[in-house]
Amino acid sequence: MTPAVAHAARGYLLLTPAMAVLAFTMAAPLGLLLAYSFWTQHGLVVDTRLTLAAYAAILSDPGFALVFLRSLAIAAMASLAAIVLAYPVAWFIAFRARAKFLWLLLVTIPFWTSYLLRVFAWKVILGYNGVINSGLMALHLVATPVTFLLYNPVAVVLTLIHGYAPFAVLPIYVSLEKIDPSLLEAAADLGDNPAKRFFRVTLPLSMSGVIAAFVLIFIPATGDYVTPSLVGGANGLMIANLIQAQFGRADNWPLGAALAITTIAAVSLLCVLAATGARRAASRIR
Amino acid sequence: MSSPPLLEIRNLTKRFKDRPAVENAGFTIARGEFFSLLGPSGCGKTTLLRLVGGFIPPDDGTIFIDGEDVTTRPPEKRLVNTVFQSYAIFPHLDVAGNIAYGLRSEGVAAAERERRVTEALHLISLSGYGRRRPHELSGGERQRVALARALVKRPKLLLLDEPLGALDKHLRESMQIELRQIQREVGISFLFVTHDQEEALAMSDRIAVMQHGRVLQVADPKTLYDAPNSRAVASFIGTMNFFHGRVIGSDGAAVVVDLPDFGRLPVPKNGGDNFAPGTMVTVAIRPEKVTLSPVPAPGSVEGRIASITYLGDRSQIKLAVGTGKIPVTAILPQEQSIQPGADALYVSMPAVSILLLRD
Amino acid sequence: MTRARYGKVRGAAAYAILYLLFLYAPVLLLPLFSFNDSVFVAFPLSGLTGRWYSAMAADEEMRIALFNSLKVGIAASVASTLLGLTIAQVLTRGIPGRRLFAGFSNLPLFIPDIVLGISLLILMTRLAIPLSLATVILGHLALCLPFAAGVLLSRFEGFDLSLEDASRDLGENAWMTFFRVTLPLVLPGIAASLILSFVVSFDDFLIAFFLCGTDTTLPVYIWGELRFPYKLPNVLALGSTILLASTILIVCAEWLRRRGTQSQPAAVAI
Ligand SMILES: Nc1ncnc2c1ncn2[C@@H]1O[C@H](COP(=O)(O)OP(=O)(O)OP(=O)(O)O)[C@@H](O)[C@H]1O
Ligand SMILES: [Mg+2]
Repeated sequence: MTPAVAHAARGYLLLTPAMAVLAFTMAAPLGLLLAYSFWTQHGLVVDTRLTLAAYAAILSDPGFALVFLRSLAIAAMASLAAIVLAYPVAWFIAFRARAKFLWLLLVTIPFWTSYLLRVFAWKVILGYNGVINSGLMALHLVATPVTFLLYNPVAVVLTLIHGYAPFAVLPIYVSLEKIDPSLLEAAADLGDNPAKRFFRVTLPLSMSGVIAAFVLIFIPATGDYVTPSLVGGANGLMIANLIQAQFGRADNWPLGAALAITTIAAVSLLCVLAATGARRAASRIR
Repeated sequence: MSSPPLLEIRNLTKRFKDRPAVENAGFTIARGEFFSLLGPSGCGKTTLLRLVGGFIPPDDGTIFIDGEDVTTRPPEKRLVNTVFQSYAIFPHLDVAGNIAYGLRSEGVAAAERERRVTEALHLISLSGYGRRRPHELSGGERQRVALARALVKRPKLLLLDEPLGALDKHLRESMQIELRQIQREVGISFLFVTHDQEEALAMSDRIAVMQHGRVLQVADPKTLYDAPNSRAVASFIGTMNFFHGRVIGSDGAAVVVDLPDFGRLPVPKNGGDNFAPGTMVTVAIRPEKVTLSPVPAPGSVEGRIASITYLGDRSQIKLAVGTGKIPVTAILPQEQSIQPGADALYVSMPAVSILLLRD
Repeated sequence: MTRARYGKVRGAAAYAILYLLFLYAPVLLLPLFSFNDSVFVAFPLSGLTGRWYSAMAADEEMRIALFNSLKVGIAASVASTLLGLTIAQVLTRGIPGRRLFAGFSNLPLFIPDIVLGISLLILMTRLAIPLSLATVILGHLALCLPFAAGVLLSRFEGFDLSLEDASRDLGENAWMTFFRVTLPLVLPGIAASLILSFVVSFDDFLIAFFLCGTDTTLPVYIWGELRFPYKLPNVLALGSTILLASTILIVCAEWLRRRGTQSQPAAVAI
């Protein structure tokens, strides 16, 4: 064995436990999930002959398509809004803040508390006797509590924006932080005012962070279960609620598996499209 | 009426946390001049350049470009461009995109822009490199792109912050020549920062020597070399022998100085400086002006050879004179050789070559 | 110019402060209502009380769930940090297929939790492995590994490999070099990885929801309580306690880390 081969062999040996764990806890379950989506279930018996029955069932029921599209739209809106809201904060921390470290810590601390309870807090804010309603009543702006705040897609979007905020701030901050300040000075030197500098230098150079933020928020948001369950109401149900139902009340695992596979396929495709589109757009900026 | 200088700075001061990085700096640069800022690391060259470029505001003082006060103008509104020490090539744009950056900012039409980019690529001998990405360029190529990017803007003054610092010795020397050629060709004034005195001497029309944030002397290379106005300037430019002494009298155009190891020496007064007897002074002489001889000559003293360093075309000799506390450095041209076994030479310092500096 | 820039900084700072308010306001409702003397989590507030905290302390089920979550969190964070260490150690040393392995270890980040949860449930059912805390820990390994590997990789990448060469040059073998040079230098990264993985595991609801069987973890327990209004104040008291504890933990950990290196909080490395 040459030293290079021995080095690589030692490396692979050392990697084996981690890769085995990932194979067992991720690759194998996903493989089985894929297989399950081609199976059928009759009562307690699972028929392992391969069919497209589950996918056909999804296609034949417009209700599934509706929830799918709603989930993707809600997740896309939440990720875009989270990015737009977080970008100025990340910019401020990277370029202007004195105590960067403190700011980053402040942004991350709410993220270290129970996600369930954070979502629940939004229910309290938006609810019938919630913060907003009691505020409005105290100011005599409304006579009875308004009910359009909670149990709708907007409430879900708002709660998701809040829940995934650090995933927006941190990647954008990291990409902004890497920008060599002399590039901005060069842009000024060559005649750009601050607004032009931002669009021609800062924005394209931070695009990798924006894309990372989008992916890190969009994927879990699409599959979020807690938020639609607590603040979504009937019109705010999302795909995770449907998937869970197949493993609970409806007890149709193959259908649940097919929904899950479709979800993965849809979010991956959309992420790739969004990332490519964003990169294209950024490379157009000259 | 003569037109105003291209750049004039007056009493410029910049402090960082109360510590001055540039203090009371003032000089002017003429049209078409190659002007260098020379000084040791940390003396405030970059800070001064950034003040002129408009990247940092001064605490005090004024900057005029073409007679106009630009002290409070942002960089994008000054007719000055910069070649950054790190080059600051935009990584997300190709070479042509980098060079065209400032032209787009001005709103130059596409056809004109393309023509000027092609012209600039030709000027820096990188024709055909327009589509290359910055990471596909060598250090020297990157440096030239940075230069072209600034030059296409046709600034009145180009600021260069140690543009050759990151290049190896060979490339640096050829770039020095190229840079000087380009500067003559385009006729733009250059304000060039370097800590390399040889580079400054070789390239500049005039040089400002800085130390601790202050401008010590502004002069052409020959004057700086032959007649430095202070010990700091003299020691920074080339090698110099320094001796401490006391003025003991005056003899027409010369003062007589008493040096511990050399005895009494008549030294020409440069300028109108009046050295009263008793003043402590520094006497300086370049190594190549020290004459050595195997036999005693009038006014010479014996020097014991301490070391000989072979430098190719010449040798540098260190000799101990008198008490031997301060070695004398001299240069021995190749044709003059030392007899094998010789351990002493006679050292003399021609009066015309001696500089008198106040302590 | 100075003044204009100063004005802009103030504008950006003001926005950043508003953003923080948006982040904190909902979270701070938890402690507020946990001291409110009413079973209903709604305004107006009806007086100060500490009784929910004593009720929480007396809640046996909750205590069991808390201990379950601690067990799972410790096991998952230690295991994923150890595995993350092997990944970081190997992948920062140039090995064929480096990008493939790195991508594979990051893959769980790109799978929604609900999908990971149900597919693990299917696997456990097919293999007839009974659901328990052990299955939750397995699921959390997949969940935590990308975070552990991410933090450790960024720490290892900032590490000068010639230090290891120097140690070998001075006569230490590969293992002793790891213990005497590599390990001390990456220790802050290990601490960050442990904390981050622990928090990810401790906060996970969905994976545990599908895999815990009857061994309830804290989030699963809280999920159950959210449906019973009269039990809510206990949960709020618990949430406030967790908030306080994790804030103290994070601030201390980051402060410790910062004493070693002038760098960013652990979460930034993800
Ligand atoms: N932004 C800053 N904040 C605080 N001090 C600074 C800053 N920039 C420069 N200084 C200090 O001002 C002094 C002058 O720095 P400057 O960069 O101008 O030196 P320089 O002559 O360009 O040195 P070099 O040849 O090493 O580049 C130094 O002591 C430096 O530490
Ligand atoms: Mg400098």
